[in-house]
Amino acid sequence: MEENASHHVATKTFVFVWIALLCLTGLTIKAAQMQMGEWSMVANIAIASVKASLVLWFFMHLKYEKRLFKLLLFVPIMTISIIIVLTFFDIWYR
Amino acid sequence: MEASFYHAKTRYPGIFGWIFTTDHKRVGLLYLFSTLSFFAVGVSLGLTMRLELIRSGMHFYSAQTYNAIFTLHGVIMIFLFIIPGIPSSLGNFIMPLQIGARDVAFPKINILSWGLFIMGGAIAVTSLFTGGGPPDTGWTFYVPYSIRTGTNISLAVFGVFLIGLSSTLTGMNFLTTIHRLRAPGMTWKRMTLFTWSIYATSWIQLLATPVLAITLLLIIIERNFGVGFFDPAKGGDPILFEHMFWIYSHPAVYIMILPAMGTVTDIIPVFTRRNIFGYSFIAASSLAIAFVGYLVWGHHMFTSGMSDTARIIFSLLTFIVAVPSGIKVFNWIASLYKGSIRMNAPLLYTLAFIFLFSIGGLTGLVQGALATAVHVHGTYFIVGHFHYVMFGGAGFGFFAGLHYWFPKITGKLYEEHLAKLACFFLFIGFNMLYFSMFVLGWEGMPRRYYDYLPRFNGPNLVATIGSWILAMGLIIMFYNLIHSLFAGNKAGDNPWEAASLEWQTTSPPPVENFATQPVVTKGPYEFR
Ligand code: HEM
Ligand SMILES: [Cu+2]
Repeated sequence: MEENASHHVATKTFVFVWIALLCLTGLTIKAAQMQMGEWSMVANIAIASVKASLVLWFFMHLKYEKRLFKLLLFVPIMTISIIIVLTFFDIWYR
Repeated sequence: MEASFYHAKTRYPGIFGWIFTTDHKRVGLLYLFSTLSFFAVGVSLGLTMRLELIRSGMHFYSAQTYNAIFTLHGVIMIFLFIIPGIPSSLGNFIMPLQIGARDVAFPKINILSWGLFIMGGAIAVTSLFTGGGPPDTGWTFYVPYSIRTGTNISLAVFGVFLIGLSSTLTGMNFLTTIHRLRAPGMTWKRMTLFTWSIYATSWIQLLATPVLAITLLLIIIERNFGVGFFDPAKGGDPILFEHMFWIYSHPAVYIMILPAMGTVTDIIPVFTRRNIFGYSFIAASSLAIAFVGYLVWGHHMFTSGMSDTARIIFSLLTFIVAVPSGIKVFNWIASLYKGSIRMNAPLLYTLAFIFLFSIGGLTGLVQGALATAVHVHGTYFIVGHFHYVMFGGAGFGFFAGLHYWFPKITGKLYEEHLAKLACFFLFIGFNMLYFSMFVLGWEGMPRRYYDYLPRFNGPNLVATIGSWILAMGLIIMFYNLIHSLFAGNKAGDNPWEAASLEWQTTSPPPVENFATQPVVTKGPYEFR
């Protein structure tokens, strides 16, 4: 908590992350035009995950949190990812 | 000695001292009272269903009424009794005491959870008398029927939505409590296994329930706006509903059973006077169940039209999730070995639990194996199975806990002979009622019908007679508990000579649980 409040993040970092997010949005649009069939879903989810991670890591200060806290977030996110993967075994192989 | 929390001055007078309380013990008792009331209603409905099914032919329920009754019975038993059952009542009352906390982390959210629960229940009840009449979809609300039926689905589903919100808040509250409010010296490895099970359960409540919430909202949206999430004609997918529903509802069966497992794990050492066998394995298996439990939901969908690849994968994963439950059963049995056993009612209920849960769990594997699952799908075999795990497992675990912690909660002792007599009736009645269902299901009697072919008469008669014996047991058990509440002998602070922290304060405890801040120096099951 305390360490978190006193931590000062350079504005530069935020700007970089913001630009990265914009580029990734561009990439999403590009990917949508590429006619990749069922893989376009994978591409979309992958890009969205990277974006969400950037927001969590920098904007929401996850980077500066305790290890335990990161773990408590990481495990559920992995779980939900596996759940999503499992649903693909249905729709892709029907 | 401080006065017990029953006699402490509350912020508001009379009944308001209860419904606006922030004391976790009072919230726990509010939950206990409400869930058991719902249980009584659910049992009565179940008994009337069994009466209708005593012989083939229509007796007093029409097909439509029967559909409404089993839906109501299922919704009440699942969402209003067994899911909130142990965690919200015994968990609320006992868990903070076990870790040496003065209350839960968010006492106001705690009472808010109860408020939402009651509101949800009230709305679900209102749905019976308004709109198109009582819902008739079964507790699973499967589409497309739940979208097409004229009955009052939207309101009922919204009630369940609120109950889900309440459950999520409880999970979050308990997680924070266990992480932040343990007494000095209360390391993770000194926590009771009941608290461990509540911890694992809370993770499921927090993370899985939102999926149910989304699914239920989608039904409401579909019914009112016809967007087409589940309609192939509009590009939707009907099986999507089943996926989403079971992504919550399979983990939810572990919300039901894990706290019961934790309860009996706390009881066994006390009544065998020895340390639990395999502490770390039992704790770890709770977490393993919580985790793997997320990955097996597809076993409810083997005949839904899901792809073969998915069917095989889910069948395999289902066999894996049986392993941690097996670990627990073996550890319980091993803990009885060379113990000096005191056969009091809590242990008797615990042994009944182990027996019934094992039958429920093993028949679960029959349904987990793809080939046999297709054979028994949609039959009474399923009805037998889930009553064995939910009622024989979670229900009996709850009863065991009620007896074990009765002196803690009330300061009184129940009548031991009556408690054992009740257990005997319950056990006999239960097996007559539900084992018959395995036989019927294997022979092909479908579930959710108000009538059946005459060739199924025999086992159905046995089941109905069993249901009355079971009811006798319930009546004796609750008579005993309620009567002892007023007329029981004084229990003393620690009648079972237990070692865990909740018994080291007065029974019933004072408002903030401990007169002085407890400091923990040993494990919960060290009696010497
Ligand atoms: C005396 C006690 C009970 C009796 C006599 C009883 C009887 C029944 C019967 C006859 C059915 C309907 C079978 C069908 O037509 O498909 C049923 C369904 C069900 N019961 Fe019970 N039951 C009892 C207690 C419980 C308990 C304690 C639970 C849960 C903890 C429970 C959960 C359910 C559920 C979830 C269903 C499925 C409803 C549906 O198909 O949508 N029951 N029960
Ligand atoms: Cu399941």
